[in-house]
Amino acid sequence: MPTDDLSAPTGADLTAAAEAPVHKYDPDLERIEIRLLLEGIYRHYGFDFRSYAYASLRRRIWKRIAAERLTTISALQDRVLHEPAMMERLLLDLSINVTAMFRDPGFYVAFRRDVVPALRTYPFIRIWHAGCSTGEEAYSMAILLEEEGLYERTRIYATDINEVVIRKARDGIFPLDRMQEYTHNYLAAGGTRSFSEYYTAMYDGALFAPRLMRNIVFSQHNLVTDRSFAECNVILCRNVLIYFDRTLQQRVHKLFYESLPVYGYLGLGSKESLRFTGFEDHYEQVDRREKIYRKIQ
Amino acid sequence: MKPHLSMIAVGASWGGLKALRAIAHGLPAHFPVPVTFVQHRSKESGALRELLQDCTPLIVCEVEDKQPIMGGYVYLAPPDYHLLVDGDEFSLTVDAPVRYSRPSIDVFFESVADRFGAEAAGVILTGANDDGAAGLRQVAARGGLAIVQDPRTAESPIMPRAALRAVPTALTLPLERMAPYLVSLATADEGPRPRRDRSGGADEVRP
Repeated sequence: MPTDDLSAPTGADLTAAAEAPVHKYDPDLERIEIRLLLEGIYRHYGFDFRSYAYASLRRRIWKRIAAERLTTISALQDRVLHEPAMMERLLLDLSINVTAMFRDPGFYVAFRRDVVPALRTYPFIRIWHAGCSTGEEAYSMAILLEEEGLYERTRIYATDINEVVIRKARDGIFPLDRMQEYTHNYLAAGGTRSFSEYYTAMYDGALFAPRLMRNIVFSQHNLVTDRSFAECNVILCRNVLIYFDRTLQQRVHKLFYESLPVYGYLGLGSKESLRFTGFEDHYEQVDRREKIYRKIQ
Repeated sequence: MKPHLSMIAVGASWGGLKALRAIAHGLPAHFPVPVTFVQHRSKESGALRELLQDCTPLIVCEVEDKQPIMGGYVYLAPPDYHLLVDGDEFSLTVDAPVRYSRPSIDVFFESVADRFGAEAAGVILTGANDDGAAGLRQVAARGGLAIVQDPRTAESPIMPRAALRAVPTALTLPLERMAPYLVSLATADEGPRPRRDRSGGADEVRP
């Protein structure tokens, strides 16, 4: 039954919370509790989620509370601080990694059309893929550049805050049951060969060709605290910054700006924009539809 | 006293284009309340914004991350993202689809309910699944206004029926009365407005 008094959001995916004892919903108190939780996590475990976007953060926190059949954020805080296993479960919720090979094929089509011609004129190409998760999009870029004849002189620095996903990325093995979707994406992205040439099926995994890994350097990097490590011709950071609040977004955009030469390219997610970041005037959008920008000053 | 409205959230799925166009068409220029459409659609569908823009003087835009929420706009949830409200801005996520949908109407409505409480109105239109029912319940539970398209006037009645099961006290309106009612809520001093019962939902007003 709907009631005024549910503290927890009662979403379709949050049904467990509906059975819990009730508290009056108080958004101001919720904000205090979330701040305390994040401060506790930072001081005790060192993970810093304090500048993450509030709306998605609170949704993920409430999902964890519902899954644990708890009722308040404070109760979750108690468990998180005293039980490392609970922290691990929350950490997985807070760092969900959604990715796919040739995700948003239109982006790769635009990249071939708008960026590749400029890259051809460079003797050596450095690409930084920030927030690469398990590496699917870094391998996609390697495939694209190989087909364009540029991969030999490219180095892709693929980074993520999460050590676990970086280890998986280095393995170069992706679930076999997604290859149909990836083949579809690959073709829509302007792929010119047969996608199955790039991997070997083994048990339930698809092992990608070692030559694709050769020029990718996977490493742990924290966009919140770490500095730039190289000047890059292209920075790709797609659907990562949406999880950051405005202040942190601005800081990361400053880092990107400083890591790009004039005429360097920045690729964002399809509904991410420089419009609200303060860096709009420093870039021009090179594709009408896709969020590919070029630094102009 | 009419309620102050800060957000009108509209969810639609199968058959939604016609229904959304009817609503957009019925809203006047300078309509003061931000209106947000969450329509299920595929990643490739690009023309929805243009199709809606053709029939309204309001500015129709696909939401970008951190975009401020303002009156005079019809906001459209972009494909393949979940849409949330965060203070006075929108926020996007690529969290996993909720029951096969991204954008999920439930996810957006819950976020609107928690952020705007009694200043929110939730509208569920035609659709062939039950997304939006839980979200509308949350809107009502937080004291907001729950409105459902009369299933008999819906291209697919499944979604409005599910919403009515979740919020039996929701106001039901045929499609052609929807926009005039929203206009009366947002602009007139005294419109037909429902009483609130204890559950925070709205009593049915006979159209």
